[in-house]
Amino acid sequence: MFIDFYYRLKQEGVPVSLTEWMTLMDALARGFAFSSLSAFYFLARAILVKSETNFDRYDLVFSRYFKGIETPEDILAAALAWLKSEKPLPAAPPTPAALLAQYNVEELRKLLAERIEEQKKEAVKEKRGGPFWIGTGGTSPFGESGSGGGVRLGGESNSMSAVKVAAERRYLDLRDDSITGVRQFEMALRALRQLSTKNEAPMDELDLDGTIDATSRKAGMLNIVWKRPRRNRMKVILLMDTSGSMLKFAQISRRLFTAVNRTTHFKDLRFYYFYNCVYDRVYANANHTQPVNTEHLFKTLNPEYRLIITGDATMNEHELLRPGGTISWNENNELSGLDWLKRLAKMYPHAAWLNPVPAANWTHYETIPPIREVFPMFELTPAGLEKAIQKLKTR
Amino acid sequence: MTTKPGEYKGTGDYIASADLQNIVNVAVALGRPLLIKGEPGTGKTLLAKSIADSLGLQLIIWNIKSTTKAQEGLYVYDTVQRLYDSQFGGCDVADIKQYIKLGKLGEAFAADKPVVLLIDEIDKADLEFPNDLLWELDIMNFYIPETKETIAAQNRPIVIITSNAEKELPDAFLRRCIFHYIEFPDKAMMRQIIAVHHPDLDQILLGQALEMFYTLRALNDLQKRPSTSELLDWVQALALGGVKPDKIATAIPLLGVLIKKDQDFATVLDQLHQKGSGDKAPTPYGVHNR
Repeated sequence: MFIDFYYRLKQEGVPVSLTEWMTLMDALARGFAFSSLSAFYFLARAILVKSETNFDRYDLVFSRYFKGIETPEDILAAALAWLKSEKPLPAAPPTPAALLAQYNVEELRKLLAERIEEQKKEAVKEKRGGPFWIGTGGTSPFGESGSGGGVRLGGESNSMSAVKVAAERRYLDLRDDSITGVRQFEMALRALRQLSTKNEAPMDELDLDGTIDATSRKAGMLNIVWKRPRRNRMKVILLMDTSGSMLKFAQISRRLFTAVNRTTHFKDLRFYYFYNCVYDRVYANANHTQPVNTEHLFKTLNPEYRLIITGDATMNEHELLRPGGTISWNENNELSGLDWLKRLAKMYPHAAWLNPVPAANWTHYETIPPIREVFPMFELTPAGLEKAIQKLKTR
Repeated sequence: MTTKPGEYKGTGDYIASADLQNIVNVAVALGRPLLIKGEPGTGKTLLAKSIADSLGLQLIIWNIKSTTKAQEGLYVYDTVQRLYDSQFGGCDVADIKQYIKLGKLGEAFAADKPVVLLIDEIDKADLEFPNDLLWELDIMNFYIPETKETIAAQNRPIVIITSNAEKELPDAFLRRCIFHYIEFPDKAMMRQIIAVHHPDLDQILLGQALEMFYTLRALNDLQKRPSTSELLDWVQALALGGVKPDKIATAIPLLGVLIKKDQDFATVLDQLHQKGSGDKAPTPYGVHNR
């Protein structure tokens, strides 16, 4: 029944492996949870969860799974204090981990459950007369509060029970599918790289094997040989929708923009802007005062460029499907917006569309499905960007 | 694996939360590397020093840079020196041993007492770097083909690894680690931390400074949020400069100690002083200044 916790974690999307589960069992067998649910919470998290982005998922599972069996920490402390005042405990040594090795996990769990039950009763009817759990108090894996290192029951900084801590969901902000910061975008963008081949970069790295070989050929006269290092040669076009409907996504768009802008490892990076949909022209600035013919892009930027489009892909149907559908005053497009998008997709086979509209709502808009047929579409979140980048790397 | 290190309890100059202490002890007992993540300035690197001090062990620091290769941590074979010597004489070239230099990991293995090995900022290195170390960290030995020697750890070093999350670490590597995320300290914890560094600080000044510090951190759109080390500098500067506590809330003296970027300066002044007064509509995109 405990193994369920493992499967629930997996279900929630926390990547837990059996190796880690066995490590946790090992740690539990050595008594590192001190039979306290709080200590168990931290211990299991440290061993099972390897990224703070998954802490929130862990918290969710933990609070659901352990709901109802919360450790009554303050009750234990109160009960202990009461017992101490009544009849001083024999000087209990701090519980060393070694003592705990004799318990296996099942026993510990059972003991914990029993102990909690007893304490509950104890708290309800504060009756005198040694309840049996004092008897084992000195050597009990519960330890006494406050002595030695580690988290103990009733430790001062843990006035909240583990389940309560978990239910607080303090790590919600760190989830990788929530919108948090520029940095997470940057991290995702780092994955977008393509190493140069041998004949592009300048030769400025010592080729050791070559040097040895050349030196030997000259009968020991030192002859240094250089080679080309491998560099990133990824080239990227970022095409951003700056129409009115995008204003409500301004913050997230700006974060992506900042992240891309800060990424220094691309060989070339071009920014262009469009209004609603791409037609004959795109713009070199966000205010749409410097038009660039879309044809010009096709001529100057070769298909090696990776194309990232951000936009909500929502517009009036005719703006996408009909020639002349552009809403810009002084322009008229002979090809429909969708045709232009198709041309773009044909020219740049490595392309992805990032949409700030949550994926669940995509089917609610008429213009999103046809665009999704042209471009692979991903949510504009760190997780979505990561998927988009996988797509951009392959084809 | 012959001598057993004691239990980590934090040190006087480093405040470790109870769960962190426990995690350290778990990692030591299980012989797993401890991976520490957290915001910059939360004391990831200092933790290793604190562990070494607390347990009375030597600390070996391996600073990782973007060019660091896993091999360098094991040993470096100085072929160029050997080539040079072969040409110009000087040393016995046949003795390869003198051209083998142990790296930090090699040093930690070769030490005759258990040591604390800090692999600092592992995410700086190439993506494959952690994977290249897996085997060595697992079995705690490596083979030098040049000299046909095996360097095996006599005592399993306590391995602390820090990461700033600049790169994703490979799953196989993560599976073997114990993970701890150092959260940004809350006000009470921060008071303790400051007390360790500046015990004689005026409490009213400190209270005001903390108030302002957490207000600043809560601001949206800061590119670089001020961290613990900057707060420490700031309160010291405030104390040295004899700044009156009531000044802090109104003028934010010496803001440059906390905020390091021009844009952030503007953001702070904007958001703190013009709150609610005729907000301009924000422009959706930054200025492209590449």
